[in-house]
Amino acid sequence: MADKVLMKGNEAIAEAAILAGCKHYFGYPITPQTEIAAYMAKKMPKIGGCFLQAESEIAAINMVYGVASTGKRVMTSSSSPGISLKGEGLSYMAGSDLPCLVVNVQRGGPGLGGIQPSQSDYFQATKGGAHGDFRMIVLAPASVQEMAQLTVKGFELADKYRMTSMILADGTMGQMMEPVELDFEVKERPETPWATTGTKMEREHNIVNSLSLVAEELEKLNFERFERYKAVEENEAMYEEYMTEDADIIVAAFGIASRVSKNAINEARKQGIKVGLIRPITLWPFPKAPFEKAALTAKAFISVELSMGQMIEDVKLATGCKVPVTLCNRAGGMIPTPEQVLGAIIEAEKNGGAE
Amino acid sequence: MVVFDKPHALTDAPMHYCPGCLHGIVHRLVAEVIDELGIEGRTIGIAPVGCSVMAYNYFNCDMIEAAHGRAPAVATGVKRSDPENNIVFTYQGDGDLASIGMAETVHSAARNENITVIFINNAIYGMTGGQMAPTSLPGQVTQTSPYGRDVNHCGYPIRVCEMLSELDGPEYLERVTVNNVKNIKNAKKAIKKAFQNQIDGKGFSLVEVVSSCPTNWGMTPIDALKWIDDNMLPYYPLGVYKDRSAKKEEA
Repeated sequence: MADKVLMKGNEAIAEAAILAGCKHYFGYPITPQTEIAAYMAKKMPKIGGCFLQAESEIAAINMVYGVASTGKRVMTSSSSPGISLKGEGLSYMAGSDLPCLVVNVQRGGPGLGGIQPSQSDYFQATKGGAHGDFRMIVLAPASVQEMAQLTVKGFELADKYRMTSMILADGTMGQMMEPVELDFEVKERPETPWATTGTKMEREHNIVNSLSLVAEELEKLNFERFERYKAVEENEAMYEEYMTEDADIIVAAFGIASRVSKNAINEARKQGIKVGLIRPITLWPFPKAPFEKAALTAKAFISVELSMGQMIEDVKLATGCKVPVTLCNRAGGMIPTPEQVLGAIIEAEKNGGAE
Repeated sequence: MVVFDKPHALTDAPMHYCPGCLHGIVHRLVAEVIDELGIEGRTIGIAPVGCSVMAYNYFNCDMIEAAHGRAPAVATGVKRSDPENNIVFTYQGDGDLASIGMAETVHSAARNENITVIFINNAIYGMTGGQMAPTSLPGQVTQTSPYGRDVNHCGYPIRVCEMLSELDGPEYLERVTVNNVKNIKNAKKAIKKAFQNQIDGKGFSLVEVVSSCPTNWGMTPIDALKWIDDNMLPYYPLGVYKDRSAKKEEA
């Protein structure tokens, strides 16, 4: 077993990306994810890679677009307002079927918002995030170890499906320090015959492009892309279940909210309440199966979120509105306490599922 | 005997440009230069948003279509991906380069990014039907300045070469035009130098080509060529605005 090192979540992402073979990073300063850029600035020159501080988030994502076009692993990172600026680029990446990794260490919004942790970019990340029909694979780490693991996984999925993988973390995940094991098996990358690497006068020219002026052709491209998305939904949903086997009440939570929820669940179990947790690890594709299954036996669901209630809509969809789903939340940079979650669990237990 | 042939770096695709448009000439000059320097196999071109958005169909080298104004950022990524081998050029109009993409233009110049920028300045947005551009002349009538560009209301045109020449970063900035044979020959020299600079690792080289738009200027192609001489060139004088290596040689 490899040695464990104590790292910040943001640093774990940076180191894992390098281990995954990412030699190009472009970014623009924004709190609370600056450690990623700082780490890259230090490391990249030493490994023959490229760290470049871009003039804007928009330039950074387009530099990513450039490297991705050449078929190499590349990433950028930012926090909520910066991700909005990258929206244009994310749409173009999708339209040109380019793989890349984007990290969003979320902070409270809307607007300039604050710099404290938040999960309020859930809609933006999982429902498209910019113009046009497209999806991103959205990965939600709940520990520093997962920050690293999901970074490697994110690159692999991006390459496999030629699309953007987004790590949707938050300020706590980025800033907290935990022991990490950085011993990954990095899979071989798929070939990139589409990449613009120069024809070498040996093949027809490759074109990376998202323009398609003939509506019938553009429609076809959209349908083909969604076939790929369907494969992602069928094959790549990830989640963790905790004490769900006999649970009457199911808590749904990801990232930091899931850790708070586990504490509350442990306490509730001591009080004899049968409660468990479903923690989506992929937010898109949303892991519908465990929710569908639990909805057959559970009497209530609680969505615990650092937002005004965004994932709750997917929980309601996945459970087919068979049982009531309530919201337990804080917003604007505040984090629910285990006591607040415990209170919501006790409430659900008392009401026996009545909303 | 073939005395005049299509450059290899151009495809056989029929171009979509309007009659009298000068894009075809500039495309040909770029392609001739790519042929002469023997770099087609390692060249990656970046097309803009604007009339030349479909330039990716016309050049035989690998091509990328960028978001509006972002070509220099995309070019930066492509160049940094393999600086030793990749020859990267952007081909951009005035709206793309000097309006929505001004930040990318200025900063790639400031970084002395080792790329070649071909900048077509025809003082109008062609693709969208003739709106006022950042380089439209004072008093110029366009769809969005129907009473003529009023500088008190919407400010003055931007002289890109002059502005960038104030930066320490860029290697080479020259303004040319292609409205007669002599000028076309000079334009080709400038374009060739802008690519040669990149091969030599010298850095950011931009060639501004003062051009026309008969369709949206509402003129015959011949009148449009004359309008370049009479109206464009007095505001946008031809010449070398920066040539760092030449300056060093002199000194």
